Amino acid sequence: MSAQAPVAPAPVEGAAPAATFEPVIIGFTCNWCSYRAADLAGTARTKYPPNVRLIRLMCSGRLDPTFVLKAFAEGADAVLVTGCHPGECHYIEQNYKALRRFQLLQRTIEALGIEPGRFQLVWASAAEGVRLANEIARVTEEVRALGPLNWPAGDIVDIDGVDLDAAWEATGGDAGEPPETPGGVNPDHAAAKLPAAEAAR
Amino acid sequence: MTAEHSHLPAGNASSAGLPAEGDIRIGVYVCHCGSNIAGVVDVAEVARWAAENLRDQGVVVARDYKFMCSSPGQELVTDDIKNLGLNRIVVAACSPHLHENTFRTATARAGLNPYLCELVSIREQDSWVHTDKAAATVKAKAILAGGVERVRRNEPLSPMTVDINPATLVVGGGIAGISATLELADAGFKVYLVEKDASIGGHMAQFDKTFPTLDCAACILTPKMVTAGTHPNVDLLTWSEVEKVEGYVGNFTVTVRKKARYVKEDLCNGCGVCQEKCPKKVLDEVFEAGLGYRKAIYTPFAQAVPRTPVIDRPNCTYFEKGTCKACEKFCETNAIDFTQEDTVLTLEVGNIIIATGYDLFDARKMTQYGYGRLPNVFTSLEFERLSNSAGPTNGAVVLRDGVTEPKSVAIVHCVGSRDRNHNNYCSAICCMQSLKFAHLVKEHTEATIYDFYIDMRTAGKGYDEFYQRILEEGGIFVRGKPAEITDVARTPDEEGKLIIQVEDTLVGQQRRFPVDMVILSSGLEPRADAKELAVRFGISCSFDGWAIEKHPKLDPVATMTEGVFVAGCVSGPKDIPASVAQGAAAAARVLGRIQMKKMNLEPIKATVHAEHCSGCRICNTMCPYNAISFDDVKGVSSINVAMCQGCGTCVAACPAGAISGTGFSDEQVLAQIEGLLRIGADGTPLKRTAYPVAHREEIEEAVRA
Repeated sequence: MSAQAPVAPAPVEGAAPAATFEPVIIGFTCNWCSYRAADLAGTARTKYPPNVRLIRLMCSGRLDPTFVLKAFAEGADAVLVTGCHPGECHYIEQNYKALRRFQLLQRTIEALGIEPGRFQLVWASAAEGVRLANEIARVTEEVRALGPLNWPAGDIVDIDGVDLDAAWEATGGDAGEPPETPGGVNPDHAAAKLPAAEAAR
Repeated sequence: MTAEHSHLPAGNASSAGLPAEGDIRIGVYVCHCGSNIAGVVDVAEVARWAAENLRDQGVVVARDYKFMCSSPGQELVTDDIKNLGLNRIVVAACSPHLHENTFRTATARAGLNPYLCELVSIREQDSWVHTDKAAATVKAKAILAGGVERVRRNEPLSPMTVDINPATLVVGGGIAGISATLELADAGFKVYLVEKDASIGGHMAQFDKTFPTLDCAACILTPKMVTAGTHPNVDLLTWSEVEKVEGYVGNFTVTVRKKARYVKEDLCNGCGVCQEKCPKKVLDEVFEAGLGYRKAIYTPFAQAVPRTPVIDRPNCTYFEKGTCKACEKFCETNAIDFTQEDTVLTLEVGNIIIATGYDLFDARKMTQYGYGRLPNVFTSLEFERLSNSAGPTNGAVVLRDGVTEPKSVAIVHCVGSRDRNHNNYCSAICCMQSLKFAHLVKEHTEATIYDFYIDMRTAGKGYDEFYQRILEEGGIFVRGKPAEITDVARTPDEEGKLIIQVEDTLVGQQRRFPVDMVILSSGLEPRADAKELAVRFGISCSFDGWAIEKHPKLDPVATMTEGVFVAGCVSGPKDIPASVAQGAAAAARVLGRIQMKKMNLEPIKATVHAEHCSGCRICNTMCPYNAISFDDVKGVSSINVAMCQGCGTCVAACPAGAISGTGFSDEQVLAQIEGLLRIGADGTPLKRTAYPVAHREEIEEAVRA
């Protein structure tokens, strides 16, 4: 919850030692600036760590907060949002909207127990291949230091088509006793079941 | 082709049998790109993995091939579509910005909707940026899985067809803009040429000679200016600026402000008597680079097009004091109109060519060279005017006092270029320009010439031959970047001179050269307002401020914005031949569009599903194009497809999920995230997070039951 994330990752059952922890990072790029910066980094053979996996959106303004929560729920250790520099948006001003959403979502994510360092925003113009590569390297190192995202790993692998509300009620619903929460999950997080559950569609 | 095709080793195709789910049948194609991808990514393993592990996702066949974009490569795809009944294609190769169109076209050739083909980048985003082969192979698998999950949600789309308005807007009346204008106008199409100055001609009009042929610049430029000014297809809008650009390829609406000239263009016959009679002399900082004077009513130079002068309002005695009107009194055609106001024009055009050129590097920034402090230090543009027979000295190369002929002249290359303190890039034209100056000094004076260069860059037709010629003419070339230009003498023979302090790197010694005159060969810089201009036209520019081309080599005059082209120095320093070629090239690109009459646009648009819209109007304020309107009667919002640019911000903003984005739907993106996170960094399945809900175990039990 705190911004001061533990430098050493909490020991996770069966997890590799911190030294060899390789995070998986989802990076959202915009079609006009940052995706092109990634292309340029490629053309110029600028090296960066292979931990980031990029998704192309037309604009950073397209970034639905659900996408970020989905990435965390699916096992990403961090999410990187990239776009054109403020004032240089291909769609005039939509990256400002992305910036607003980013700041709100940053707080939501912190409330969900995710260190803010796992959700970062980087501007890169189409000409800044090297800058983007450097930022990816920086974020990778920071996330490596944070360790794996310590949301509890579970075995619910197929909830498609399951009526979660009914299942919830079947367990006694909100009136039930708070259960043991493995993995140090804050019981407050029960309140967050909706976004996460929806994200996991 | 077929012979090539048969070379495909049988082992390169792995068949995964029939899909488990529904009727989705996906073909996966992994490109080697020679060794560009295969040198780092184990492409055969990626294809094998996809066939084995993505079977449930509908992957029917996964192949790898040396060059997927080659004809035999494309045939692999088209044959499989026909023979295996594929209805989705994923090609893992280079950036979609390069070959998406290639594979979509191939897909369409085989009878499948082109939008059911996805290209994922395992070259620019993987093999070219990573060195760890194992990690790069894992990443390629993840990227591919993302593409497979996404393509499952792709829907057949049909491109939006728009009409192309045959009129074109050319912004900037320098040689590049003029060249583009004339190509288009001669082909029979309407051109609006907008120029912010009072005359077209640009920087070239200020030059005396052009390298390497030493053609008189005016002699080759002015006929083109006159043609542009009188061409029936050209609407020349000088003293005008583009204020706003709306719309999209084929259908731009451009707002142009035509500044008040205070002279009626339809009445003025260009006789010039007003300029003669005007009592107010003004230092001409623009065309004469501060070396000459003009009047308050003026045309920038004698051969200006149009001939109609403008009144420089801040300097006009009438506007200042309320009396004078000398120009009005003497004007025989009653063309002077002090009440004129700016007019705002709205132009409808199909394409736009931006040719706004460059600014000269401000040599004052290099204080060690003393420009602005030491009178006999000149900039390149000042020298152009000095040596120009129509210039302020009628072509006499003299010192700042206006009479003394210099006995020695130093020419300093790379001023503001190839300099980490200013601009890293080479301005491309300065070496040749400096050589031209050396020749002109020789032609006009008896002076000894010293050329201070870092490296001589004379690539171009006839350029090195010109260098050889100047060497033979007897210029002295010193390899070294001057450290300082000073008037502080150390020895008697330095008294009253400008001294160049330089390390001669060929001798390996500090040397001092006393001279009478110094010419600083200033570099080229983007226009001061380059970034605002880029925003106005929806194009991007580099960190320096030069406009970015669609592809620096293969598409040098197109930009990422369909229908907006660039020509000349707006995209980087260029000499006259290159600028002219780019102007013509941009015109050719536009002519192609005009000839097509209609153009297909990417069907990436947002749509409101009225049945889900609650009428909250949150989306209404999201759209910078005002494409979203609210229907008061029905109480729902709707999107104008023609105005929607497809950014998707409203899609993300809609709290009810009532807006869907074609091509980048929630379903597609969420599925792609799932695919990208199918495997971890080590290649094993990534554990999905269990939902942090209370009673998790009970829920799990309920789910199992």
